[in-house]
Amino acid sequence: MKTDGGALVTLAGFFAVLSLFAIGGGNSAVPEMHRFSVDVQHWLTDRQFADTFALAQLTPGPNLIIVALIGYHVAGVAGALVAMLAMCGPTGVFAFFVGRASDRFKQSRWHVALSHGLVPVTVGLIASSALVVATTADAGLVTVAITLTTALVSYFVRVHPLWAFAAAALLGLVGLV
Amino acid sequence: MRPTASELFIAFATISLSGFGGVLAWSRRLMVEEKRWLTPEQFNETYALCAFLPGGNILNFSVIFGSRLRGPLGGLAAIAGLIGPPMLLIMAIGAVYAHYGDLPALRRMLTGVASAAAGLLMATVAKMAQPLFRRGAVTGPAIALITFVAIGVMHWPLPLVLAVIVPASIGMAWVRR
Repeated sequence: MKTDGGALVTLAGFFAVLSLFAIGGGNSAVPEMHRFSVDVQHWLTDRQFADTFALAQLTPGPNLIIVALIGYHVAGVAGALVAMLAMCGPTGVFAFFVGRASDRFKQSRWHVALSHGLVPVTVGLIASSALVVATTADAGLVTVAITLTTALVSYFVRVHPLWAFAAAALLGLVGLV
Repeated sequence: MRPTASELFIAFATISLSGFGGVLAWSRRLMVEEKRWLTPEQFNETYALCAFLPGGNILNFSVIFGSRLRGPLGGLAAIAGLIGPPMLLIMAIGAVYAHYGDLPALRRMLTGVASAAAGLLMATVAKMAQPLFRRGAVTGPAIALITFVAIGVMHWPLPLVLAVIVPASIGMAWVRR
């Protein structure tokens, strides 16, 4: 684990750039976080990345909180703060100015084209996140079964996600995973 | 009644800590139903705007909403309320994980939760994808599929893929109208 200034600069640069491409929210940026922190920087193993995603899901708050946990893993509290600030700062300032200017553009044709054009890209990105998380998390029949069961149950039944997590954790605790 | 900056901070901290992966539902409930700071129409409008912007939707929402009511300070108070408390929480979780992440029982529980989290993401994306397949549409599903293959299967870098797919998708949405 690196804790030098170089790692902080890398974290800041990566998440500041990533935030600009994170259309459709935190989960659509997960594959890129995985590619960079596991494949490129070797900050985390696949297993640790899956754990990080699971822990972020277990924490209340915005999905993007996973960024703080990756930063924490790389460089402690400073890493968490730097990563989160880089992820939220530039886009926050951008949102501030757009929020002031937006009322004028609401019904324009490019506004509609932008919205219709971005939705399918977002869906593709979140589908990618699901695949990346599944392939890093699942190893063996039981874990694959947990993934598929959770997918089917939460698609067809309106159930709070915490129940699925609790059931899966219990299966792990009794040693079935 | 117009909330103050500290009321904004407390409101967004409450939303954040109540929401497990579903911050959106809680923010609507608090701001529209309980506090009546926004009408349902205003809420949808503001949220739709945030979905276009890069970065976390709900983070952008907090900035735009807070700054419209109380200027830059209001925006800052809202986003600080949203990410401050879960950041403290996740750093504590990160510290516990760093020390005890290798304990077999915790190891197995996290494995189970990670697999369930992957399944939850699959269900979410399946629900999000449904509108794309209506009206015999071809372009939307095709764009989503191409994005999925490029990012999820091929693991190509996000900025490169988006630089090609986003203009193409918006362009086609523009022509279609």
